[in-house]
Amino acid sequence: MAGTFLLELVSPEKLLLSRQVEMVVIPAAEGEMGVLPGHVPAIVSLRGGALRVYEGGQVTETLFVPAGFAEVTPERVTVLADEATPVAELSRAQADADVAKAEAAYTAAAAESPEKREEAMDRLLAMRVKKDLATAA
Amino acid sequence: MPSLKSLRLRINSVKSTKKITEAMKLVAAAKLRRAQQQAEAARPYAERMARMLGALGAAVAGEPEAPKLLVGTGKTDTYLLVVVSAERGLCGPFNTNVSRFARNRIRDLEAAGKTVKIMSVGRKGAAYLKREFRDRFVGEVSFANQKRITFDDASSVAASITTQLEDGAFDVCELIYNRFVSVISQTPSAQQLIPAEVPESGAATAQYEFEPSEEEILTKLLPRNLAIQVYRALLESGAGFYGSQMAAMDSATRNAGQMINKLTLNYNRTRQANITRELIEIISGAEAV
Repeated sequence: MAGTFLLELVSPEKLLLSRQVEMVVIPAAEGEMGVLPGHVPAIVSLRGGALRVYEGGQVTETLFVPAGFAEVTPERVTVLADEATPVAELSRAQADADVAKAEAAYTAAAAESPEKREEAMDRLLAMRVKKDLATAA
Repeated sequence: MPSLKSLRLRINSVKSTKKITEAMKLVAAAKLRRAQQQAEAARPYAERMARMLGALGAAVAGEPEAPKLLVGTGKTDTYLLVVVSAERGLCGPFNTNVSRFARNRIRDLEAAGKTVKIMSVGRKGAAYLKREFRDRFVGEVSFANQKRITFDDASSVAASITTQLEDGAFDVCELIYNRFVSVISQTPSAQQLIPAEVPESGAATAQYEFEPSEEEILTKLLPRNLAIQVYRALLESGAGFYGSQMAAMDSATRNAGQMINKLTLNYNRTRQANITRELIEIISGAEAV
């Protein structure tokens, strides 16, 4: 079995996860990214999606992160998430409400600057992923 | 000499004051613990954010197109001071200290010919500063009806700072708040937010790959960094408030205790004097017969 590395998942309000894992799949801005020990140092931004933690060849934890950043070094991965919710705790109704809110924000941002529109779009996409995850769970 | 009745009333009133201050002290102590925990929980994120920013800052340093949040506007004419104070009083010199610190800073800056704008967070500091600098106020935020400060609150403050920067309303932004040194000591201090103080990245920085580009990550990371700085200041100020309130209530309780002792002594003396006087009256009456 391959070695392990330290995965840290922090939100502004607390340190959510800090332990040795074998692999983690990060929802990076340009596609999902599987990280194994000894990865090239990288800093990536995240889009909304599921963060999967692998231990013993199995997914042991799946968390939804709406946005954030990750710092990857050969021996450590630090994920700075705005928030993180275990998929099992997502509620369908809440996700529906969030999608509706994001859609409204996106419509409202139509007249704004392109950056604002893009931000609203990202948010909307993140919420749709959240809803999908909630539905699947 | 005050009558026995009025003394008795005063003793009772001081006693109930003491009960109140004692209760407030206990409440402040409990809330202080929670506020400290919250402040500690926020630390890992801030530390890692600083580390990441150090790596990114080193990568884009010296580029002409660096974001405004990082390098500022290149001028130092207009200052925006964000003053963080408490929502409530009864906390000793907590609010006065931070407000006086802000006042001195404003005077220094204005003496140096700078334009100053004020944004206040918390009612108490706003009330103090408005007496002198009402026309410099550009924004006021209050979390008076919230039990705890969340990251979203800090984000909204940070967003309003960013908007003002984009409108070119100021060149330099400073955050003035009570830094939490220990439970009994809070020092007002100023921290520069914009241009951002990029932490020195440690020796031998690894060559990072960036996805997407450095600039894109930086434009997302910087507002977040601003929010986390504000959040930290809010939490520290919150913890400091309870620390200061606890100290103030502790000394108030002690003072009340001393006052009760003094009044009780006075009360007993007066009572004794009354008895003695009555005895003298009776005896001299009996002798006269």
